[in-house]
Amino acid sequence: MGYTVYIILIPMLMFLFLGLGSKWLAPRVAGLFGTLGMGVSAALAYLTAWNYFAAGVAADGAYPTVTAWSVEWLRFTDRLHIDMGVLLDPISVMMLVVITTVSLMVHIYSFGYMKGERGFQRYYAFLSLFSFSMLGLVVATNIFQMYIFWELVGASSYLLIGFYYTRPAAIAASKKAFIVTRFADLGFLIGILILSYFTGTFDFGLLTADDASLAVTSLAGSSFLGLSAATWAMALLFMGAAGKSAMFPLHIWLPDAMEGPTPVSALIHAATMVVAGVYLVARMFPLYYFAAPDVLTLITYVGAFTALFAALIAITQTDIKRVLAFSTISQIAYMMVALGVSGMGGHAGEGYTASMFHLFTHAFFKALLFLGAGSVIHAVHSNEMEAMGGLRRYMPVTHWTFLIACLAISGIPPFSGFFSKDEILSAAFGHDKVVFAVLLLVAGLTAFYMFRLYYRIFWSEDRAYEKKPHDAPATMLVPLVILALLSVTTGWLPFSELVSSDAVPYALGINWWIAAGGILVSLAGIAVATRLYCRANDLPARLAAKWAGFWRAASHRFYIDQAWLFVTKKIIFRCVSTPVAWFDRHAIDGGISGLGTGTERVSESIKKMQSGRVQTYATFFMWGVLIIVVCVFIF
Amino acid sequence: MDLSNFMMMYQELGLLVVFVVLLLLDICAGETRAMRWFRPVALILFAVHTVAGFCCPVPAGEAFGGMYVSSPLTVLMKNVLNLGVLVVFLQAGEWLHGKETAIREGEYYVITLATLLGMYLMISAGNFMLLYIGIELASLPTACLAAYNKYKAKSAEAGAKYILMSTLASGVMMFGLSYLYGAMGTMYFADMRPLVTADWMTVLGFAFFFAGLGFKISLVPFHMWAPDVYEGAPTATTAYLSVVSKAAGCFVLLLTLHHVFGNIAQVWYYILWGVTVLTIVVGNLFAIRQQDIKRFFAYSSISQAGYIMLGVLHGTETGLSAVIYYVLVYLFSNMAAFGVIASVENRTGRTDIAAYNGFYKTNPRLALVMMLAVFSLAGIPPLGGFFSKFFIFASAAAEGDYVLVFIALLNTIISLYYYLRIVKAMFINGPEGGIGERIRTDGYNCVSLVGCTAGILLAGILSGLYGYIGSIGF
Repeated sequence: MGYTVYIILIPMLMFLFLGLGSKWLAPRVAGLFGTLGMGVSAALAYLTAWNYFAAGVAADGAYPTVTAWSVEWLRFTDRLHIDMGVLLDPISVMMLVVITTVSLMVHIYSFGYMKGERGFQRYYAFLSLFSFSMLGLVVATNIFQMYIFWELVGASSYLLIGFYYTRPAAIAASKKAFIVTRFADLGFLIGILILSYFTGTFDFGLLTADDASLAVTSLAGSSFLGLSAATWAMALLFMGAAGKSAMFPLHIWLPDAMEGPTPVSALIHAATMVVAGVYLVARMFPLYYFAAPDVLTLITYVGAFTALFAALIAITQTDIKRVLAFSTISQIAYMMVALGVSGMGGHAGEGYTASMFHLFTHAFFKALLFLGAGSVIHAVHSNEMEAMGGLRRYMPVTHWTFLIACLAISGIPPFSGFFSKDEILSAAFGHDKVVFAVLLLVAGLTAFYMFRLYYRIFWSEDRAYEKKPHDAPATMLVPLVILALLSVTTGWLPFSELVSSDAVPYALGINWWIAAGGILVSLAGIAVATRLYCRANDLPARLAAKWAGFWRAASHRFYIDQAWLFVTKKIIFRCVSTPVAWFDRHAIDGGISGLGTGTERVSESIKKMQSGRVQTYATFFMWGVLIIVVCVFIF
Repeated sequence: MDLSNFMMMYQELGLLVVFVVLLLLDICAGETRAMRWFRPVALILFAVHTVAGFCCPVPAGEAFGGMYVSSPLTVLMKNVLNLGVLVVFLQAGEWLHGKETAIREGEYYVITLATLLGMYLMISAGNFMLLYIGIELASLPTACLAAYNKYKAKSAEAGAKYILMSTLASGVMMFGLSYLYGAMGTMYFADMRPLVTADWMTVLGFAFFFAGLGFKISLVPFHMWAPDVYEGAPTATTAYLSVVSKAAGCFVLLLTLHHVFGNIAQVWYYILWGVTVLTIVVGNLFAIRQQDIKRFFAYSSISQAGYIMLGVLHGTETGLSAVIYYVLVYLFSNMAAFGVIASVENRTGRTDIAAYNGFYKTNPRLALVMMLAVFSLAGIPPLGGFFSKFFIFASAAAEGDYVLVFIALLNTIISLYYYLRIVKAMFINGPEGGIGERIRTDGYNCVSLVGCTAGILLAGILSGLYGYIGSIGF
């Protein structure tokens, strides 16, 4: 399956082509090239998925892990070397499909959405770069390759979020996203170093083989500050994952990242970058499970808290993209929880399957939500709910597809979200009742804030629009319809037959008791939202006034940004950075300047030696020989 | 007659064929219109020869009773030199077409090939006599190359200085060789190696021999000729001297240290250590103040030679691969810089650094190439120069030579300063005093620049390259 490498290479070549040719390519042509390239990539990804899953399980009953292509890049020892390769196993193949599909949709959609923007070619070049990085990340054969592409994802998302580089808010947001995730990546890197130091390898195959026995044995016995080396390594890896996947308290970059163009939000914040963390934990799952079960517990609680926390904030936001941003945080946290409560093998690994399943379904309906929101923003030229209302009459296609996505994310059957969410709830129920209760509550909140969003955009009262809003052009509607179809159908996939914690297919039915609970809670959320927001009334305002304290705190995102600012600006800058800066300016710079001026002076004083006379040169030559000879005899 | 001995020398023979063909062509075509074809023919012939060097199976063994030695290593070294000469040929044509030199265009190629043959013999020598003949063959015609612009006083001066210093160096080296012969009674490497001890005659002989080679590599204090010759000689010759000739000297030093003087490593290690530090430091100190870009590159290449010595002076296999890799990257970087310098000089006649003020505005592409070249020379990642420095430092650090590595690192910082001067002139300075016109490079030079740039960019990333070099030992 060597052709799989082209799935990754084509976007890279497109990036180079569009990046270098952006001056002389017409916008339309550049967009066409980018989209075509992505289309070919997507087609190849589907072919890969078809071939991979059609080939079925190997003799041991599990889907094989195939290294489709690999080249050694840097060699340290026979075992410790960095390869660049393409690893195919159920989750990477699934991710290839998800990423290429959503990316292709975004490529097509952007044709309409970004029309007439300055830097259209640059935009497509960045999209290609981002897709390349993300694809390279998921097919990584070793943790170092993953890290390289992980950083590339960070860098390219920085470029995309800051696409409107003349807008201060966009610049600030892109910097924030970069710095926060970069800070988290520091943990990731240290984790990699600890892990590879003890195990002597980067290779996923070696690390996860035989119940991660390599890591378990080689990391055993070492500890630091009362925690074992394995716990440290895996917790630090999770720190990296938490940064990319916007887990509390590293979630602060994601809402701000909405400053980027909306299709970018759909690509980065629905299907790709933010799930990289979940993917990392899933990729390393055997290590977590066998070597560091404490960290899995940590992941469960961080995830559950984040899910609830983000859902509460989402209720109060008035910018429609921010609502979606917090809903993303909440849903990603759902996936994390599912991994945290998962066991290994067969039904015990239900959480693992559920997490990947939710990742899969969420990618489509969340991309649909973002693209739908983009369509709305495109029509009314505002992100604020205040400027919207009654749009269902003007934008029927957007309205219906958005409704489908809302139903899917709320977990209403037969839409896709129902199936994956049910599995997560069921996995949590079997593991920890408190976590289950939290997740159930979040499910209700999700339904509530999604329908609050839905009603305020499409129902409520009609605004006095200056220009009558209308549905977007076909290039934007086609992706909406395709994604809506996917949001309806993907839930019906027999996912446990394809993806499981030990790659052995198993049957996983719907747990109807839990499903019924989930549906009821969601319906309750929808009902409340309908009462409050379907028609304009003053009940929401009165409720907000009654719960003023909570409302204000939640709409200020519980002041987490301020807390970070306080820690960085007041504590770190003042107590650490200022002295360090002083030392740097005076001691280090002084030293280097001294070196500089000293060099200059010496240089000035010896330049007479080069006189231009051959006699002098010969004399120096002979003196040189003699000094060498004398030195040899003295020593 | 047994021809197998000759078959082992297929690279020398191939070069000889190219040499003879070009010589005859030059004589017969003379000043007729057929001379137009001379340059493409020369380039194609030599390119075929270069490619053949990479592709043909490597003969390993000795010929003529140990006089001549061939191994994968010698073939690799010759291939590196071939690459350098190929680039020089690509860059030289434009200048040779000029009014003063057009009439002698063919000779330049022929003479260069003669010196290259000398370098081949240096590398493949199994006997000090052959080595000496190789060095002479490589040195004497070089003086012609330096004095090629014979109507220019500076060029003539360069030729004269080169030949005087080269004679001196040869004499010193011969003197050293006579001591070595006196001590051991043989000139064959293989026979000498077990006999080498740290007695005074051998050590004395080695010191003189080393001084002679130090001239070729332009190590301090045998370097004083370099700036004057580099400045005065035609730019193509400067490039040739600073890359190919220097590389050949380094290779020979590496080989003789390993093949002959392996037993007295404790003696030469300290000599080389001191010379290395001096070379890096002095090269850097002088480079800072230069106003002429060719002179500037002369000092820069002196300090670069010092970095190369870092890999030489431990005589290890990692050092060996680091040196060859370093030379290769250095070849790309320096040649790219000289390609730009040659273009500018051919069009405007200027070689001062001030000529590059505002260069980016008028010649963005050339400025970019120049920037990549000096960044690579300074060792900035992710360019090839960073990796070559990294490997060479790593090879020295692996032997525990941390002091030397530290000094070298410190000097890298200094070198960054003067390399950035050029970048500053090109990108930041206003156009005052600059050439202020668009330079047109001919197609051949463009090919060389593109090739060198690709080399700079890719040498570090294609790790297979280093792996391939690393797979070849002594």
